[in-house]
Amino acid sequence: MSTAISVEHLKYTYPGVDEGADVSVFEDLDLTIEDGSFTAILGPNGCGKSTLAKHFNGILLPSGGCVYIYNMDSKDEEKLMNIRRTVGMVFQNPDNQIVANVVEEDVAFGPENLGVSSPEIRRRVDRALKQVGMYEYREHAPHLLSGGQKQRIAIAGVIAMQPKCIVLDEPTAMLDPRGRREVMETIQNLNRDKGITVVLITHHMDEAALADRVVVLTGGEVVADGTPKEVFSQVDKMHSIGLAAPETVELCSELNKVGFCLPLDKLDPVECAQTLYDFLKV
Amino acid sequence: MLKDITLGQYFPGKSAIHRLDPRTKLVILVLYIIALFMAVSWVSYGVMFLFLAVSVAISGVPLKSFVKGLKPLLFILVFTAILNIFFTAGETVLVSFLGATITLEGLVRAFFMLTRILMLVTGTFLLTYTTSPIALTDGLESLLGPLKKLRLPVHELSMMMCIALRFIPTLIEETDKIMSAQKARGVDFESGKLMQRVRALIPILVPLFISAFRRADELATAMECRCYQGGDGRTKMKLLRYKLLDFKAYGVGIITLTAVLVLRSFGL
Repeated sequence: MSTAISVEHLKYTYPGVDEGADVSVFEDLDLTIEDGSFTAILGPNGCGKSTLAKHFNGILLPSGGCVYIYNMDSKDEEKLMNIRRTVGMVFQNPDNQIVANVVEEDVAFGPENLGVSSPEIRRRVDRALKQVGMYEYREHAPHLLSGGQKQRIAIAGVIAMQPKCIVLDEPTAMLDPRGRREVMETIQNLNRDKGITVVLITHHMDEAALADRVVVLTGGEVVADGTPKEVFSQVDKMHSIGLAAPETVELCSELNKVGFCLPLDKLDPVECAQTLYDFLKV
Repeated sequence: MLKDITLGQYFPGKSAIHRLDPRTKLVILVLYIIALFMAVSWVSYGVMFLFLAVSVAISGVPLKSFVKGLKPLLFILVFTAILNIFFTAGETVLVSFLGATITLEGLVRAFFMLTRILMLVTGTFLLTYTTSPIALTDGLESLLGPLKKLRLPVHELSMMMCIALRFIPTLIEETDKIMSAQKARGVDFESGKLMQRVRALIPILVPLFISAFRRADELATAMECRCYQGGDGRTKMKLLRYKLLDFKAYGVGIITLTAVLVLRSFGL
């Protein structure tokens, strides 16, 4: 597999209000995201998740080290537009990323900026809206839609630019459970069916559990990296950095404390129930 | 209460008025406003009223929404009416009391003035109700296009208008939320002297502004992420193209204006 995003020795400091009061977020961070993968980046508040995401398409530039996006250096100003069309970004608040008053016009905003021809924009907009399941809402006003629907519009707006990779910065943080489910399904479909690389920044364990790979970030450093099963079975480590494992793992871990002997890699409730059933039957 | 503000709200639809090119609608609206100010008699007002009524009927926009939109203007309407009723010199005195007189001329004039304002506003509403703000700003951008040669930032202006319109409902909702939050903490917006009420608005305005700035910042980042870099090299999904319908509409608009002008030359 080729590399989508490669972060090498990333150092980043936010300029402080006073001189010498700069806030350092990353000292020396290395991370590689494979093309076509679905990676979740987890971490407690203030661990630098969003700051990292903003490095993935050149919104923030490293203070030291390099970020390569499909072999393009994010510091290369001439490549900036190319980087941004390759890596799409979806933010937390859907209201603050929708530009237009009609759904389809908003989805068209990106391709319009790229100078795509009108018939091609039309095709891309229709395709993108169908992909997120919002085609029948194409002529609606965004402010009348639910949070989950708005967020799907925002995702459609990004995929209409035909990016190779989408970075989603806590896209479900402001949504109700139903909206969250809609958005997560959309993201999974994009990754599975279209082969789009997905980087999902989240603090919901159950969302991270859907990814191929989980990267846990805390204090600007990667503290765990692996498949969801590998990462979440380290329950004590998760607790020590202020995160909880998915509920199924927490349950098994608690039971183990009172003498059970259960595996900690069951992330799916049905799977977990089956394990418990098998265990109790013996 | 804040939800009643319908200004700048678009009602999606498929009527002939909806399908007109935004440029056509804008030009016709200008013609219509000129005609309104040229109208001097019952006959010409009748013509204008007919034009408006037919347009509204074709648009299929519920009358209710026009009435709603007009509500905030009630004060101006009443004020205009009173001024015109009492301060128009005339001969046919109808009522006279306490040194004030109401003349027939005054009443007629007040009626015309009111009709003019009402029709003006209704016509403008018809435009914003039937035209998506993006189409509207596209239309404006295209009509004002020649001004780009004079280095006027036409694209930037239309983008700003578009975003402003987009955020009206969002900010209204936000204001509602802030007001509820402040009410819950005992702020009284409804009673007290004028100064007290004005002061009570500060705890609404401060958070509203802060949030608006934060939104603007996030929106700017989101727009940058979507490769926005100004009007140069930008294409449009919907190209503005005149159709047969537009020429028909122009015809009707010009005929109406001409009719009013002809009537005026006959003193009607």
